[in-house]
Amino acid sequence: MADITNQSLNEIIENVKTKKVSSTELTKAYVKNIESAKKLNAFVTTTFDQALNNAKQFDNKPNFDQLLPGIPLAVKDLFCTENIKTTAGSNILNNFIPSYESTITKNLWDHGSFLLGKLNCDEFAMGSSNETSYYGNVINPVGDQLVPGGSSGGSSSALAADLTPATIGTDTGGSIRQPASFTGTVGLKPTYGLCSRWGIVAFASSLDQAGPMTKTIKDCAIMLEAMSGFDEKDSTSINKKNEQYSKNLKDNIKGLKIGIPKEYRVDNMPKEVDELWEKGKKILKDLGAQLIDISLPHTKYALPTYYIVAPAEASSNLARYDGVRYGYRSKQGKDLIEMYEKTRSEGFGDEVKRRILIGTYVLSSGYYDAYYLKAQKVRQLIKKDFDDSFKKIDAILTPSTPSSAFKIGEKTNDPVSMYLNDIFTVPVNLAGLPALSMPAGVDKQGHPLGLQLIGKTLDEQKILNIGYAFEKNCGFKNEIKKWWS
Amino acid sequence: MSKEKFDYFIKGEKGKYEVVIGLEVHAQVLSKSKLFSGSSTKFGADPNNQVSLIDSAFPGMLPVINEECVKQAVRTGLGLNAKINNYSVFDRKNYFYADLPQGYQISQYKNPIVGEGKVLLDMPYGSKEIGIERLHLEQDAGKSIHDMDPSNTYVDLNRSGIALMEIVSKPDLRSPDEVNAYIKKLRSIMRYLGTCDGNMQEGSLRADVNVSVRKEGDTNFGTRCEIKNVNSIKFMQMAIEYEAARQVELIENGKKIDQETRLFDTKKNETRSMRSKEDAHDYRYFPDPDLLPLKLEQKLIDDLKKSLPELPDKKKERFVKEYGLNAYEANVLVSEKEISDYYEEVAKLSDKKLAATWMMGDLFAMLNDRGLDISKSPISAKYFAELVQAIKSGEISGRIAKEVFEIMVESGDNPKKIIESKGMKQQSDPKELEKIINEILSKNKDKVDQYKAGKEKLFGFFVGQVMKLSGGKANPQLTNEILKKLLKG
Repeated sequence: MADITNQSLNEIIENVKTKKVSSTELTKAYVKNIESAKKLNAFVTTTFDQALNNAKQFDNKPNFDQLLPGIPLAVKDLFCTENIKTTAGSNILNNFIPSYESTITKNLWDHGSFLLGKLNCDEFAMGSSNETSYYGNVINPVGDQLVPGGSSGGSSSALAADLTPATIGTDTGGSIRQPASFTGTVGLKPTYGLCSRWGIVAFASSLDQAGPMTKTIKDCAIMLEAMSGFDEKDSTSINKKNEQYSKNLKDNIKGLKIGIPKEYRVDNMPKEVDELWEKGKKILKDLGAQLIDISLPHTKYALPTYYIVAPAEASSNLARYDGVRYGYRSKQGKDLIEMYEKTRSEGFGDEVKRRILIGTYVLSSGYYDAYYLKAQKVRQLIKKDFDDSFKKIDAILTPSTPSSAFKIGEKTNDPVSMYLNDIFTVPVNLAGLPALSMPAGVDKQGHPLGLQLIGKTLDEQKILNIGYAFEKNCGFKNEIKKWWS
Repeated sequence: MSKEKFDYFIKGEKGKYEVVIGLEVHAQVLSKSKLFSGSSTKFGADPNNQVSLIDSAFPGMLPVINEECVKQAVRTGLGLNAKINNYSVFDRKNYFYADLPQGYQISQYKNPIVGEGKVLLDMPYGSKEIGIERLHLEQDAGKSIHDMDPSNTYVDLNRSGIALMEIVSKPDLRSPDEVNAYIKKLRSIMRYLGTCDGNMQEGSLRADVNVSVRKEGDTNFGTRCEIKNVNSIKFMQMAIEYEAARQVELIENGKKIDQETRLFDTKKNETRSMRSKEDAHDYRYFPDPDLLPLKLEQKLIDDLKKSLPELPDKKKERFVKEYGLNAYEANVLVSEKEISDYYEEVAKLSDKKLAATWMMGDLFAMLNDRGLDISKSPISAKYFAELVQAIKSGEISGRIAKEVFEIMVESGDNPKKIIESKGMKQQSDPKELEKIINEILSKNKDKVDQYKAGKEKLFGFFVGQVMKLSGGKANPQLTNEILKKLLKG
């Protein structure tokens, strides 16, 4: 066999099940890939010894009936992992070793997989380029000058570079879908409440949602099946039966109604993005789907609404990083207040500070009504736009991002232009809906571009099915040269 | 009972001032585990031994509401005759402090679980209704310990996350006495309900006290000051007296009262400014996105209502009707559930009125002396009833009863046994008594003559002699009758 890592998760699982490859061989192959890919800076922590041990244990006593039999997985460093350092990309958690395992990662391990390492991400998942990480920026395997997207940039980079067969990220405003789009991979943000938030370092609680990042739609279905499910430890978790997304995956989408929102055609959008969207529409139409023009009139307010709601929640969620009980504590500081000030000044990076300041401001008395309260009202209108549209359609097709991966450093000094990257992904988080980014083509520089499928609440199966059909007919192949090794 | 007139005013040079008081009582919910975590709430554990990852706000931890605490709040609301809100919301109150691990307290701000209600107070000048503004659920903070080390502060998070009910009164209270009655009534209601143990020493009940003053007859409120976190009724009363006097003095000197938060220094008996309105925290309240709004089904509320125990006001009415007690007696005997239970047990087995008198007299005095709750009484209700019956039937006199009572306290013995073994039974045989009396009269012929000559005061002397000779056992009533008869002859 040639490269056992250059395959889809589904194929790898088949190879393990048919004993073409052992878990140990597989794990060793990934360890080798990871060690030769240090330039990408995708990992914050590697757990090779533990992974090889787990692989050996699996090979000694294999259980092939599991969803993820003997599969090593690297995960975003926002998921707390028992006895393994968890940093959230921040200096303030540089020394933090949880004594507990997040529900999502525990679910994955319970299905037969084990941890390969922790993946770099924007600090506290705040960023669209993985440049805000305390552990340095991550490089997109697509090109050595390109960002991998963010905040799950370590995840997208590692996945595209064959450093993990699949991975998980978190998506608060596009942090799974945008990096997936930038690296030619698949990323799904599930319905809010489908995946437990317990044990995930919180950014904005009402928006955060974990989801799979994979090479194919089928892989995405497998991963979602393994990670999702009701968790009584998360009060916002949806109490429902687990779905068999991979088994129920179908590529027949005949008769499905696909909404095309006119508001997603924005000014200054590169022609290629528009062309790609047209291509996507045509593929779905050729597969028997019906295209319907829709309007989501409040879309233009989504970005400003998001940049009020998310920082507001973040300013409160991040208050616990005060140096008192765990994490970084400044050695300076004569009294409690000074200790707080120094710890948080030294522990947090600029982008995190910026958002804490914005969030504190919009919640302040005298500003609350004008900002936070108004944003909550607009959020309801955005949700209502979707609800109204979904009465007559099955899913919505849009571009995932307004551009392909940009250059490292290109937007670091222009936060607003950086924030604009989330323009197509943010409305979905505000509405709590599931959405998928799937690779659809490349721009004239050869950089991947994705299309986004938005579904109704808990309609993951349907958007996976559409994606599955699309994938088979799109002809996209992610051609990444392993220039780094 | 004659009704007194309300008379609590601060006298200034320029007139009388009325004191207006509102209380925010923080009552710890009686529950096994904390409001949003499974940690124990037991008092007195070693520091940081009852702390979960949630209570200490580790990354990624999420709160899950403890349903029992919700039920306790609803029960309390029902006990306060209050409106229960089917929809309430948990908010975050944001501020930094070392013993506040999350950096925010989960509380209820705009939509509390319980709305307006009322509490009835029995004051010497009649009954008075105190309005309840609201009751909401919130988390307690931890404890900062500043005196264990000269240069460090230690933090104990055992209390962090324990459920509190904040019960906010309307500014309806007008004197330290009313505050005393109000706190006691609240405490009594919650103890009847089993929703708060009301233990002020352990911090289960504490209050922020809002005080303002105004000229007698004024209808507008004066500027108020809030005295934070006072943990005994006595301190509340002292703080109010000091604060009201301070405010009156300011007004009389033509000065302005600043709306501010103050602290009561129990050693110096004074209130001191903590922070002014300008320095007030901006708590940046917003709905906690980790928790869904709390929706209560009407059926749950109705079921809880049906299962409520009889509360003090109802019980008082019943005691008056059923046991023929007066309002004062009934009030005292229903003040605590344990007392009322004890009384009812005694009343079932003995004279109801006499039982009340003896409980409120000797029994309470003894418990008070020994610092005991009635649940720890060395005399069981059954034996106490037997004692009351022995008095009622004339078996022993009141005086002897006191002796028997003392022995019962020491030995815990059955009163019958004590009376018999010590031969304390009252001498109620007229013939025997006549014998004793005749003996005394014949020994004191001179006094008999003086008595007959009109010195009626001597009657007491003869009674005393009879008692002395009978060892205190002579039936006093019978003694009187026979004495009178024989002295006439």
